[in-house]
Amino acid sequence: MKQEIFEIKSNVALTATVYKMVLVGDTSAITGPGQFVNILLEGFYLRRPISVNDCVEDELTIIYKAVGKGTEAMARMTAGQTLDVLTGLGNGYDLSLAGDKPLLIGGGVGVPPLYMLARQLREEGKDVFVILGFNTKDEVFCEEDFKALGCEVTVTTVDGSYGVKGFVTNALPENYTYFYTCGPEPMLKAVYKATATSGQFSFEERMGCGFGACMGCSCKTVTGNKRICKEGPVLVKEDILWDK
Amino acid sequence: MGQVNTKVTLCGIEMDNPIIPASGTFGYGYEFAELYDINCLGSFSFKGTTKDPRFGNPTPRIAECQSGMINAVGLQNPGVEKVISEELPKLAKCFDKPVMANVSGFAIEDYAYTCEKLDKEPQVGWLEVNVSCPNVHGGGMSFGTQPEAAAEVTRAVKAVTTKPVIIKLSPNVTDIVSIAKACEEAGADGISLINTLLGMRIDLRTKKPVIANKMGGFSGAAIFPVAVRMVYQVAHAVSIPVVGMGGVTTAEDVIELMLAGATAVEVGAANLVNPFASRDIVNDLPRVMEKYGIQNLTDIIGQA
Repeated sequence: MKQEIFEIKSNVALTATVYKMVLVGDTSAITGPGQFVNILLEGFYLRRPISVNDCVEDELTIIYKAVGKGTEAMARMTAGQTLDVLTGLGNGYDLSLAGDKPLLIGGGVGVPPLYMLARQLREEGKDVFVILGFNTKDEVFCEEDFKALGCEVTVTTVDGSYGVKGFVTNALPENYTYFYTCGPEPMLKAVYKATATSGQFSFEERMGCGFGACMGCSCKTVTGNKRICKEGPVLVKEDILWDK
Repeated sequence: MGQVNTKVTLCGIEMDNPIIPASGTFGYGYEFAELYDINCLGSFSFKGTTKDPRFGNPTPRIAECQSGMINAVGLQNPGVEKVISEELPKLAKCFDKPVMANVSGFAIEDYAYTCEKLDKEPQVGWLEVNVSCPNVHGGGMSFGTQPEAAAEVTRAVKAVTTKPVIIKLSPNVTDIVSIAKACEEAGADGISLINTLLGMRIDLRTKKPVIANKMGGFSGAAIFPVAVRMVYQVAHAVSIPVVGMGGVTTAEDVIELMLAGATAVEVGAANLVNPFASRDIVNDLPRVMEKYGIQNLTDIIGQA
């Protein structure tokens, strides 16, 4: 973990409520996909934990949804402003278990962390199948980004206004070697039940510190109590107890 | 003005400075030792430890507030046996000063059992007995809201320990002075205060409480004036040392609580927002002392 000052390079809307921010600074503490950063915002007591969408050299990209006053304030920030960021938080996805045909399943704002994962899996020469789930056509983002990496992408919308009608689990392919997922908990539960292989799940929880000190985001697992911010946010399928 | 002196003595133990990260905001120390050398601190109070292991409350356990936060962690800890066998050896590798052992319980016998065990650990300098946790039902705070119950816990712990016993009090009471006095009369070596204020937030979208436990402990910069007031009241009513805490964020806050009567000062929620907060306060303290013409920190205790 590192505490660093980042400068905003760009901050643009992808949909009515989802924004993409590129930050420039020392990203050396970020070791892999699935980790998150914790951002201090002026006028707000606790930091905002946001997943890493991508990280290349000194550029850190995050995609976030403006859901409350804090993220709404972030959405109004402009290039040149600076942010105090704790980087390199959490335990991300383990690429070594992917096999030749990994499946990536993202729902809503659970989509962003899968991008860096997809990029690295493609760099390893894997055939990457991606399912992106949204409520409606207006909420779809990142589809082209995954396609540009050479992934096979299926989009699902609950109302059928774009792509396959229904949930991500309505679009599971026949053959895949392993899966990685991130999204709202009902989706994660559905993926847990519908998938045929092992896989890794990224969880969300309200956090105090984001770096393992306050025990605010603990959950029970098969192998004992874990902190979503420290041992997580990624947990392997075999470790998950839904009755957390 | 020459070199300022930040040393204080708390219940007979000399400290390089009065800064103590508060229990529940600093784990067992080693998590922060990855970030900086925690030996710069006066001491720290480790995560509240109970007789048996506890998972704590369901999540969400955290809610944000204006200049503060609410937590309802509910004393998650691995239990005293594991704290001694696993956590303290890890702590010893990164901290070579006396540490404050924070203890909670659900019955008088629990407090005595846990304190007796931790009292035997060489690195434990003080026992901080928490009779003020707002987040567990049927225990914790209930001992700290009645003078006689607080005194009973104090007597039970004192009977089985040799090290200084500091009783940590709740601000969620009508008359904190009577409780502090009862602890002093029962043999407490010190009083620490304030624990969190009982608070609550409701989510406008779900129209339900943010925290699964509904209520929790409110901490952070917003509660500092309450801490100053209660430290002042208690320090003027007892003759044992007082450890002040509650919303401390800066070296100026440390000086203010000491002027109110604190011998040492704990830093809590600030550590969660800025992991370097306690170190930054330690580093800034000499500058602030010079600014306000303070040569020896000890001289200002209770000066207000």
